[in-house]
Amino acid sequence: MTLEDLAQAGVEAALAAGASDAEGWCEESVSREIRVYNGAVESLSDAGGRGIGIRAFLEGRSGYAYGTDLGEQGIRALGAAAHASAAISDPDEHAGLPAEFGVTPVPGLESAEMAEWTTERKIELALAVERAARSREGISQVEQAVFSDEESSAAIANSRGFSAAYSASQAWAYASAFAGEGDDLMTGIGIDLGRHPGELDPDAIGAEAADRALALKGARQPESRRCPVVLDAFVAASFAGFIGSMLSADAVQRGRSLFAGREGEVVAEPSFVLVDDGRDPGGPGSAPFDGEGSATRRTPLIDGGRLAGYLYDARTARKDGRSSTANAGRRSYRTPPVVGTTNLLIEPGDATLDELLAQAGDGLYVTDVAGLHSGVNPVSGTFSVGATGRLIAGGELGRPVREITIASDLVGMLRAVAAIGSESRWVPLAGSVKAVPLLIGEMAVSGS
Amino acid sequence: MTMVDPELAARVLECALERGGDLGELYVEDRRGFALSLDDGKVERPQAGTERGASVRVVRGDASYFGHVDGLGEDGLLRVAASVAQAVRSDVTASRPLGPSRPAAGHPVAQRPEDVDAASKAALLRSCDDRARAAGDEVIQVTVGYAEGRRRVEIYNSDGLAASDDRTRTRLTTQVVARRSGAGDGPRVETGSDTRGGHAGFELFAEDAEAVAESAARKALTLLEAVDAPTGRLPVVVGNGFGGVLLHEAVGHGLESDAVQKRASVYAGRLGDQLAQPGVTAYDDGRREGEWGSDGIDDEGTPTQRTTVIEDGRLVSYLYDLIRARADGVESTGNGRRESFRHLPMPRMTNTYFAPGEATPEELIAGVGRGLYAVSFGGGQVEPATGDFVFGISEGYLIEDGKVTAPVRGATLVGNGIEALAAVDGIAGDLHIATGYCGKGGQQVPAGVGQPHVRIRELTVGGTAQ
Repeated sequence: MTLEDLAQAGVEAALAAGASDAEGWCEESVSREIRVYNGAVESLSDAGGRGIGIRAFLEGRSGYAYGTDLGEQGIRALGAAAHASAAISDPDEHAGLPAEFGVTPVPGLESAEMAEWTTERKIELALAVERAARSREGISQVEQAVFSDEESSAAIANSRGFSAAYSASQAWAYASAFAGEGDDLMTGIGIDLGRHPGELDPDAIGAEAADRALALKGARQPESRRCPVVLDAFVAASFAGFIGSMLSADAVQRGRSLFAGREGEVVAEPSFVLVDDGRDPGGPGSAPFDGEGSATRRTPLIDGGRLAGYLYDARTARKDGRSSTANAGRRSYRTPPVVGTTNLLIEPGDATLDELLAQAGDGLYVTDVAGLHSGVNPVSGTFSVGATGRLIAGGELGRPVREITIASDLVGMLRAVAAIGSESRWVPLAGSVKAVPLLIGEMAVSGS
Repeated sequence: MTMVDPELAARVLECALERGGDLGELYVEDRRGFALSLDDGKVERPQAGTERGASVRVVRGDASYFGHVDGLGEDGLLRVAASVAQAVRSDVTASRPLGPSRPAAGHPVAQRPEDVDAASKAALLRSCDDRARAAGDEVIQVTVGYAEGRRRVEIYNSDGLAASDDRTRTRLTTQVVARRSGAGDGPRVETGSDTRGGHAGFELFAEDAEAVAESAARKALTLLEAVDAPTGRLPVVVGNGFGGVLLHEAVGHGLESDAVQKRASVYAGRLGDQLAQPGVTAYDDGRREGEWGSDGIDDEGTPTQRTTVIEDGRLVSYLYDLIRARADGVESTGNGRRESFRHLPMPRMTNTYFAPGEATPEELIAGVGRGLYAVSFGGGQVEPATGDFVFGISEGYLIEDGKVTAPVRGATLVGNGIEALAAVDGIAGDLHIATGYCGKGGQQVPAGVGQPHVRIRELTVGGTAQ
């Protein structure tokens, strides 16, 4: 049986149990992870998984069941469990399958070159990442260098007669390097991704980890100040990811977002543009359809400084009288679809990093933030998060700093964007974001 | 009746060690779960899951080779064992026949959650919703979540181990949003949350489970009165229960032996050192009855135990799994944990907490002229290699002249674990352990975080006050 057949069997099982509408989502994946340490393999994992999740609707009520038993009896039991769980939920007039289904072709999601990579070559790649980081002077240790890849397929079927499937491949490598010892130790990470291992540059990944750690060597807590702040692409991506989660129509409708009721309002400096794009060929979050069968698309979120729209799945779209933006995300077959970003893109500006620093004059260059999800009030948008980086003195990078917090509010920060960097890159650390460095006119920086 | 026949388990281990290895292991798991939530007054998102699978691990020297498979069929188990064996090159094989299967001393479950009908669970969510809304007119949003899970595991290894554990956890969480229409700078909106959970059954909710909802509502309503947090270096009294996340993040992760052995921890090489004042003692305790982070055995089959990590201010032990214990020539402390059969075990905390002291919380607060009372954190993050941490305070108050005064919002604690530990200058007697999920290396495991009220002489508070 193909994955589409299995998804279809899930639909039939739920309908047979009494569901009025149903959807089956079936996944299969093979993945590897290779960790190396001190020039040798530390762990090598090979994983294969296959499972199904079934969503059952019963006159506005919905329920979900998932499992790994894909035999006839197993699927029948899951269909019955999905129907039984729907029976205990309260009716929601907006719940249900999307009104339209479709598939957006995304070229190059799957790479045939994956097959040419033996385990030995992948180990060699991970070792090369480690070597590249360790060979930099001043690096005391490479805590870990990791290669990982996955080949996955997903299929959907529903009781309205839609079914589709796709396959994708992805490879990542990253390293974490240490500079200094004891109380002076600082860390840095380097990361890259592609559709197959050949797209990764081990030297660049190792060098990035080393350079990020070395740049912070000897960091001390500075005095508190208010000053211009340059966020590097990693940090800009973290903030963009958080803002993206606040633009989910689910968060908005439930009153848990600072962007609720602000469509069309000015929420950012006019040159700041933020887009969700589920069909960008390079994006790790891309797919032909979302977790409930809507064709993926490009959705402007902040455009010309104004809040252009929210991210919708079928249910939240129906509630607002809109169309789904195909943002019903699936983390895996183990969870029902939830509204989420696909790939977030911050539109690049025209300033190089050096130009941003020069424009900042005296300020702070932030290369890492910690505690974003605990340090931001999602409803008011006020935040205070931990940061590390370098001071900016006379338009150039100065001494490294740590144990500081930066505080502002999200809209205040977006409206204070003074310049936008031109050097964009994928940052797959939390979700998928293609980000550029940003210069913020002023923020509160607290240290000693 | 075992999930995998011991005779088959022995064949899988033999196959896994075909090309040698110091340790072969088969980990078998059956996971069942059910979750339900309530939002906006509506019961929604019911989810039921059933998964079965196994993983095979071969350890050779410092390297681990690992594979997993969904399902427990003989073909699948032997195939994954053979594929793991393919990767290993070794001339060592030390395999002993499996001993008799040893079920772990489990934790009592008085009322199996799967025997409670779903309607009663939905009713529990509704009564939490009612209680939270009754707390005040300014409560505008209530979210209640219920989750239960049962994990039955069997572990077989080439040292002859055959062990099993049957783990049931239940958890109830409430999040409340309160709103006050303001004059001038727009409405104030604040959130509060609270949780009750354990390695236990539905009996956990027999007595006033709705107190969780009331407490979450009270926190949100209190924050409506909050003033901007101060900025600077201040004495901080940290609340009991979830306040222990500070110990978990800023100290506990640095005591996990994988980080220590890679010298990726500020606590590496510090065993025996006086890191805190005398009178400060901390444990990791995986056998504490019914506690959220407890199990009968860890995920390598080692019985859980109470490990003293800090004794009278001295660092006395790290937390070990089997392979790191072997490297240090010590016994595993029962901290080899994994999220599921899909993951490799690694050293993880179970329930980590400061031992209770003699003081009362009031006495700790009375000793502070101007400071911060951090009752609860929204979360935190630490860099184990440096010990630097950041915590967002979800419920906090000013301390002025030895008394708790106005609630504050937007406060963040920033510091360094080793410095904060040395600065602990008072511990109360009111130990309480809260339920958390701890993430490390892409794996989430339930972890108990706790402590009595603790006072820290000075920490950096990153506030929002201008």
